[in-house]
Amino acid sequence: MIFDIFYGILMVIGALFMSLAGLGIIRMPDLYTRISAATKASTLGAAFLLLSVAVKFQEPAIVVRMIAVIFFIALTAPISAHIIGRTAYLTGIPLWEKSKIDEFKEAAQTVMEDEERAAEEGENPMGCL
Amino acid sequence: MKTFLLNILLSALWVAITGGFSAKNFLVGYILAFMILWFVQGTGEATPYFDKVRAILFFFFFFIWELIKANFRLALDILTPAHRMEPGVIAIPLDVETDAEIVLLSTLITLTPGTLSLHVSRDRKMLFIHAMYIDDPDRFRESVKSGFEHRILELFR
Repeated sequence: MIFDIFYGILMVIGALFMSLAGLGIIRMPDLYTRISAATKASTLGAAFLLLSVAVKFQEPAIVVRMIAVIFFIALTAPISAHIIGRTAYLTGIPLWEKSKIDEFKEAAQTVMEDEERAAEEGENPMGCL
Repeated sequence: MKTFLLNILLSALWVAITGGFSAKNFLVGYILAFMILWFVQGTGEATPYFDKVRAILFFFFFFIWELIKANFRLALDILTPAHRMEPGVIAIPLDVETDAEIVLLSTLITLTPGTLSLHVSRDRKMLFIHAMYIDDPDRFRESVKSGFEHRILELFR
């Protein structure tokens, strides 16, 4: 009985975070804030949904699998977000016009030069772009 | 490390004696064995194990707390018409050095809503992150350094 209520609550929280992520994609003003809203809220939403499944069934095989899935989502989602954000910045996608500061500007210039030189020499040091 | 193995051994012993082969029982045995080892720690050689376990536990709860806090801030911004955020890209000088520490730090920064790690400089001295709530650049830098980075250093050294 108490577990029924508990897993229901977890599932509703998960669904709320998922819809928050979807709304965030529409509401945010530029690519970087959109990535921020989408990856984080959806990771947390997926974690809550999987946790509610684990609480519902309470079998070791399922609980262990759910924890493994949460672990791998938390491990891989930030990496894709990081690569998308980095590539976007280096290819010149602008920040929101009301952004406060940008301390990456000069460093990004040298990164681009590095990448171009490496591309001319036929290697690919960073593995992207 | 030796204390950790001893702890596992004692929990296995607990499982064998009580006869309940379940993860829950193993956890009970682990906590009991941890308390016993903690109680007798002064008699043997000094070990950083207890500090490490405490650091991991603190780290875990600190991260959950940051996650909840940042998510509510983000939710407020998504659900209300006005944009309260002050986004920007900030350079953070790194004290962490090894690959594992840098990966952990940047992953945690990306997992916390509102911040996104963009780039680590070639000499591994700077981490560039995009953040959505920068009230004051210097204070923000300080909060990352004394929050996540300080705890990661505590964990690894």
